[in-house]
Amino acid sequence: MTETEARAQRIGAPVLAVEEVSLTFGGVRALTEVSFDVREHEVRAIIGPNGAGKSSMLNVLNGFYQPQHGIIRFRGREFRGMKPHVAATMGIGRTFQNIALFRGMTVLDNIMVGRNLKMRGNLLQEAFWLPAARREEIEHRRAVEEIIDFLEIQHIRRTPVGQLPYGLQKRVELARALAMEPSVLLLDEPMAGMNLEEKQDMCRFVLDVNDHYGTTIVLIEHDMGVVMDISDRVVVLDYGSKIADGTPDQVRSDQAVIDAYLGVAH
Amino acid sequence: MAADIGALDTFPKLLLHHAKVRGARPAIREKDRGIWQTWTWTQLADEVRVLACGFADQGLKRGDHMALVGDNRPRIYAAMCAAQCLGAVPVPLYQDAVAAEMAFPIQNAEIALAVVEDQEQVDKLLEILPQCPTLKHIYYDNPRGLRHYAQPQLASYDRLREIGSEAAKRDPGFLEREIEKGAGDDPAAMFFTSGTTATPKGVVLTHHALIDRARAAAEMEGLTDRDVVIAYLPPAWIGQNIFSYAQPFATGYCICCPESAETLMTDMREIGPSYYFAPPRVLEALLTQVSIRMEDAGRFKRALYRHFMDVARRVGGAILDRKPVGMAQRLHYALGDLLVYGPLRNVLGMSRVRVAYTAGEAIGPDLFRFYRSIGINLKQLYGSTETSVFVCVQPNGQVKADTVGPAVRGVELKFTPQRELLIRSPGLFREYYKNPQATEQAKDAEGWFHTGDAGYLDADGHLKIIDRVKDVGRLDDRTLFAPKYLENKLKFFPYIKEAVAFGHARDRVCAFINIDMEAVGNWAEKRKLAYTGYVDLASRKEVRDLITQCVEQVNADLAADPELAGSQIHRFLLLHKELDADDGELTRTRKVRRGYIAERYASLVEALYAGKESVHVEAQVRYEDGRTGQISADLSICDARSFPPAAAREAA
Repeated sequence: MTETEARAQRIGAPVLAVEEVSLTFGGVRALTEVSFDVREHEVRAIIGPNGAGKSSMLNVLNGFYQPQHGIIRFRGREFRGMKPHVAATMGIGRTFQNIALFRGMTVLDNIMVGRNLKMRGNLLQEAFWLPAARREEIEHRRAVEEIIDFLEIQHIRRTPVGQLPYGLQKRVELARALAMEPSVLLLDEPMAGMNLEEKQDMCRFVLDVNDHYGTTIVLIEHDMGVVMDISDRVVVLDYGSKIADGTPDQVRSDQAVIDAYLGVAH
Repeated sequence: MAADIGALDTFPKLLLHHAKVRGARPAIREKDRGIWQTWTWTQLADEVRVLACGFADQGLKRGDHMALVGDNRPRIYAAMCAAQCLGAVPVPLYQDAVAAEMAFPIQNAEIALAVVEDQEQVDKLLEILPQCPTLKHIYYDNPRGLRHYAQPQLASYDRLREIGSEAAKRDPGFLEREIEKGAGDDPAAMFFTSGTTATPKGVVLTHHALIDRARAAAEMEGLTDRDVVIAYLPPAWIGQNIFSYAQPFATGYCICCPESAETLMTDMREIGPSYYFAPPRVLEALLTQVSIRMEDAGRFKRALYRHFMDVARRVGGAILDRKPVGMAQRLHYALGDLLVYGPLRNVLGMSRVRVAYTAGEAIGPDLFRFYRSIGINLKQLYGSTETSVFVCVQPNGQVKADTVGPAVRGVELKFTPQRELLIRSPGLFREYYKNPQATEQAKDAEGWFHTGDAGYLDADGHLKIIDRVKDVGRLDDRTLFAPKYLENKLKFFPYIKEAVAFGHARDRVCAFINIDMEAVGNWAEKRKLAYTGYVDLASRKEVRDLITQCVEQVNADLAADPELAGSQIHRFLLLHKELDADDGELTRTRKVRRGYIAERYASLVEALYAGKESVHVEAQVRYEDGRTGQISADLSICDARSFPPAAAREAA
């Protein structure tokens, strides 16, 4: 059995379906009747030139923006009026294009924040450091240490995030998103601004996360090269509309995609 | 020669012994997911039992070789011992070697089974699998990223344990019987020499050799099972293997494996090792870190540091050596210990270090004295893979910066007329694997190992290594001339980056010197000396005077040594360009190619010996973008004072 066959077998039924979603800000049409789906355990990329509507799409999936038209189904449930914190409890985690970490806090504390939704203790227990709170803290710390080990950031465990180079901050953000044990992870330009080596590292981590935790991954990138190597399927947006959808090979040879990226004489 | 090492003559027997005598004491600690996990000697013995049964089930037999590739991990060391239980020979390979470099050892030793750390190592072995048809089993410790690998040779370490547990249940007495079959003269491990010059050679070391040397050094330093070592250098290097396998097995002390290379400093602070090894480059890097942080400190702290480091320089070494030092100075030093040295040792993770060794290359006297002066008992040792490391060690209280100490118990030293060091010791290797020709060249019929190093014993019987034998020359009056020794002495000055000494078959020694652009540049800036670039800086009279002082200091040192007093440096010039590997003047590992340089700059060498005051030079240089250009300059030749050989020493 080859590696790709093994991967293909793992990919299951659609978990997230976007149906004819349109989003406008005043007169600006950010998304126009976009439809696609995301299957269990797959790495799904959304690509497109600058301003194509990629981040808007992600924000819709995350419940941050409310589309004016269209439906989004998550595990068969249609959701309308979704809020980010509800998305989080449903198992949708995300990272941000402009890193959104607590700069003054250590890496460890930042990742611990990601466990917030999993914490069950009440104020009394926490305030008096009762045995139940202590047990819970140990349990969360263990989960966090697993992630630290997984993403190979042991050496910066106690370092305030603000002192870290950009590439490592991106990795910490991924760690925090993983700490909530999402079943679907939305990554907003995880490789933006990185050098080649950092990009390769990040690719490896994204694939490892997908492989090890079985997390379904939806990622946005404008750097096509990186995405084509790690994605199972790719959606291409241009001016808010879907212009292509398929495997990296199909997308790469699609004339509309080539035109969108290289420009075309009108 | 065969010193008796008693009934516990193999590592597996020692393991069972420790499990019985100190079963609850820690054997190995590993920091995993932020917490130090301890394996006691009993746990280690249990793990080894399961693994050994697993290996036996997979067909590993007495005399077979087994590869180990990975960083310092408890499971790698357990696998090493498990192979030894069966009479098989573990072959640790460098974990940072590229795949092609691993092919030769695996072919040479006909390795069928390998235990490796992770995906990286698995990938390398799979890559060379076509060239290594003997390799049938690869067990990996960390399964990450390996889920979809389907090669039939691959299995996880945990799978191996399952096989082993079942086999152990079927035949509970198996392991003890196998261990009993082992004898001290069996090969215990094979280490491949780095092979920068030729194909690597597999050095076969017996249990007897390793255990005897491990014990000799442990007795000398008074190591006990309470000692703690941090294992951070590659296990494939004999030195690390001695400190993290042979010696803990000989004495029962505990080794600690850091979480990762990046966390080493933190982990070391947490563990507080009592016994420590570091090659000079590591010590240098640590000192640089300290210096940089001190530069950033406030004015008061900087002054405090400077003041007390000055005190330490004067009396620190003497206090460590328990030599007589005045009461006032002792108190002054004690205050410094409270305010500076103690906290500094703590930051370095060396608060509890009783014995620290350095070896591998020449260590600068200033660097060496820095550590000793702040109360860290850093000592030099001499040894190699072929000698199970311990040949010479500096004893406490008799530490000299430029020697490596007297022979350790059981070692005999002698010298050929060419001053090559020969060694006879119970720790000598048995042979180079499948290479009788090389074995014969290195080890003669009487059992003397030819080291290829040139040296001599000083008046106190301490060994002083000066150079490789093939590089040692003679002046035309037969005076000993060791170019690398002189060059190293020059390079220990921060202002000198490279040096090339000439003198073989000449009447005196002359040298080319490259200034260190950064250090000399800083020095010049502080003196408000303007310069445009390297050539300009090197031609300044002030800079020439600065370097002349350095050379004269080297000469004064040499004069104190009756063997080398004749090879003082009489004349030198500052080269107009930096020696560069791109121009073929240095090797890629930054060693000077003396022969090539002598040829290329023949006119400069002649000018030095012809007694000229200056010489005009035009040279072609190759820029980084591949273009070539011309540099022309007038180089002044400097004379350095030389000193009469120290009479005091001869009178003594």
